[in-house]
Amino acid sequence: MMNPVQPQACTILSVKKESVHEWTFRVATDAKPAHGQFMQLSIPMIGEAPISVSAQGEGWLEFTIRSVGKVTNVIFEKQAGDTLFLRGPYGKGWPVEQFKGKHLVVITGGTGLAPVRSMLNMLADDPDYVKSVHLISGFKNEEGIVFHNELEAWKEKFSTIYALDNDAKEGWRTGLVTTFVKEIPFDSFGGNYAVVVVGPPPMMKFTGLELMKNGVDAEKVWMSFERKMSCAVGKCGHCRIDEVYVCLDGPVFPYTVARDLVD
Amino acid sequence: MGFSLTPAQADAVLSALKQDYRVYAPKRFPKQGRYSDTDVIRYAEVERFSDIVWDVKSDYPAKEVITPIQQAIFYFTEDEYRASKAKTKPILILARPCDINAQHIQAKIYAGNGGYEDLYYKRVRDLVKFAMMECNGGDDTCFCVSMGSNRTDDYSLALKFSADGVQVQVTDDAFAPYFAGMAEADYAPAFVEENQLKVTVPDLDDKAVRLALKSHPMWKEFNSRCVSCGACTVACSTCTCFTTRDVIYGDNPEVGERRRVSASCQIAGFDQMAGQKEFRSTAGDRMRYKVLHKFHDYKARFGERHMCVGCGRCTHRCPELISISATVSKVSAAVEEIKASMAQQ
Repeated sequence: MMNPVQPQACTILSVKKESVHEWTFRVATDAKPAHGQFMQLSIPMIGEAPISVSAQGEGWLEFTIRSVGKVTNVIFEKQAGDTLFLRGPYGKGWPVEQFKGKHLVVITGGTGLAPVRSMLNMLADDPDYVKSVHLISGFKNEEGIVFHNELEAWKEKFSTIYALDNDAKEGWRTGLVTTFVKEIPFDSFGGNYAVVVVGPPPMMKFTGLELMKNGVDAEKVWMSFERKMSCAVGKCGHCRIDEVYVCLDGPVFPYTVARDLVD
Repeated sequence: MGFSLTPAQADAVLSALKQDYRVYAPKRFPKQGRYSDTDVIRYAEVERFSDIVWDVKSDYPAKEVITPIQQAIFYFTEDEYRASKAKTKPILILARPCDINAQHIQAKIYAGNGGYEDLYYKRVRDLVKFAMMECNGGDDTCFCVSMGSNRTDDYSLALKFSADGVQVQVTDDAFAPYFAGMAEADYAPAFVEENQLKVTVPDLDDKAVRLALKSHPMWKEFNSRCVSCGACTVACSTCTCFTTRDVIYGDNPEVGERRRVSASCQIAGFDQMAGQKEFRSTAGDRMRYKVLHKFHDYKARFGERHMCVGCGRCTHRCPELISISATVSKVSAAVEEIKASMAQQ
């Protein structure tokens, strides 16, 4: 009988420090997740944690991890050549097919950029896939900025607004991402658009409300959730909200579902 | 096919069954109760007919046989995870209809949800057959009839116990040989048709009503009453949640095991991610989460029936005397109030 929670040993190919607390680990694996799916990272003696896939290529995946817990702290002691255990991919990712030929608006807060990074890279490589990309990426402060190179590269490909919550930075705006929603030219999209929002729960809540205030159609908005999980296969119950399991039905939800979920 | 057995004959049948099955039943553990000089009745393998406690409800549910409080799921060295092995001897569980129905509810989660089958559940569940203990009516916390879990047809044997022995109905031919030569009797099990306690589950299908209920002040009462100990979860016939926990063997830090340990949504930290705040930070929030799962959310996902089987064990075990049936009545009252105020608007 198949064991859906069996971890597989994988080799770390490289470690990149995005910021002090956020590092990207490239791991050798044949897993082929859809954009926005996640994997369980597992370390013997320590435990497991669900981590979204932040980039992918032939024979490898990247995970951008913040050192905030017992599992992630141990992962930060690992280097290229060391072993990391993986299982997955799990959950439902972005409905990328539905975004085809539309104007895509992507709004992220902090490391919320990680779960959309692989999709944004795909769109940067294939500019005809969507009509346009409008990206609003906010970070708490300069130390929190991740994916510096890509943020630079995307400026050339997408319409971008990069912002720090309170601090000033050259070429960047100051303020919460919600402040900039009104600058997205929704009226010019002729209804042919989709909006993707990822970040901490309050950021997603208020961004959703701001989008509605700007006349955005709730059915065209998507959000990605992050919750505690032990199993990632709908058994342990930690990620359940109402009748929904984030590991199975999410992490990506239509806003029409997401807005009414009460933890 | 029915039989009537004296206690001595029942002992002989039990011995024969034990050659082929691990036989689990409610068993009394003297002086292990939560107060001094009290016992606890929980599921364990039974050796003798007299071990079986049939006259009162067990404190803890039958689920413990299939999904123990904790179990090793992997053994690991630095570079390998090896799944734990399970015993392969078939299992016979003596259980009342509520506990048998509870297993059908647990199966929806462990063996169906999301299309994933849990190896650790399935490999035990596939070995299990039930001997249904005819229920003598339970106690004043039972409301199985209200929850539709008073009947079942999932049993290989039906048993009616008395001081004089046990009457048996054999519905699974595989068990007939164990009763060869015993006195035949015309026995068919009866089911509880009425409980002293009746619970009406409120209709929560209306999303607006449900959202209003979640922020209703009724939940605040539990902030001071519920101590978030999780005793209700351990006693619950249907609660399935667990956490995984890695354990290092003391003398060799390179080897250890990954355990699955029962978890309770009533205990602080159940939903807390590393470095983040809890989503449900009060006892009231956690109570609301549990009650709505048992009386709405589970059914909304899996259809058919509610998650609660009305066994009343949570009420029995709560150190703060919180009654689940009284709580459901409070929910009903809150829903009426919400509907009335919506009608006025």
